Amino acid sequence: MNQILNGVAAFLLLTLLIALIRIWRGPDTADRMLASQLFATTGVALLLLLAQAQAMPALVDVALTLAVLSVLAIVAFVTRVVRIDEPSSDGGRRDD
Amino acid sequence: MSLLLTVGAEMIETALFLFQCALLFVGCLFFAVGTLGLFRLPDTLTRIHALTKVDNLGLGFIVLALLLQTSSVAGAMKMLLVWAVALAASATSAHLVARAVIDRGKGDSAREGADD
Repeated sequence: MNQILNGVAAFLLLTLLIALIRIWRGPDTADRMLASQLFATTGVALLLLLAQAQAMPALVDVALTLAVLSVLAIVAFVTRVVRIDEPSSDGGRRDD
Repeated sequence: MSLLLTVGAEMIETALFLFQCALLFVGCLFFAVGTLGLFRLPDTLTRIHALTKVDNLGLGFIVLALLLQTSSVAGAMKMLLVWAVALAASATSAHLVARAVIDRGKGDSAREGADD
């Protein structure tokens, strides 16, 4: 069973590689942040799989922390870079 | 009698194993589809659509597969909690990013003088 779990983990890493291409090419910063959200979800799955396969229950806590921190990254992005909290009428700050 | 019980237990174990493999496979499939959506779809809003739904379904299937193997109830509850937190995080960030994209689109068209 552990071999299968490790194989699934390797497959998830492979899908993360494709997401890396999106981060590299992403025409917009929002696309890049979206790919980082994918990293969070896939990373949580990866950590849960490894917690079982390597018999390291502490990795479940790491997965929980990653899930919580991912949303904080997005919140920082929309409040500091894109500024959805400011009205966009009179030249609110843009990221470029 | 005990031989029968042993055979029964073995069959149940095999069935559980196969079920677990099927769940893992379906989870992998959903993750692959989500990543493909992020890679192939044309603009940011459709990518949000592909990503934040499908991937959490894949995570759900993988958590379900791992739940069959956990030894304690507390561990199982913790895994479900991780899934719930991931769902909430994904939904929140999808809404925030979508709002940012729509907001910026409006700003751009206003700057070009088009009415929205």
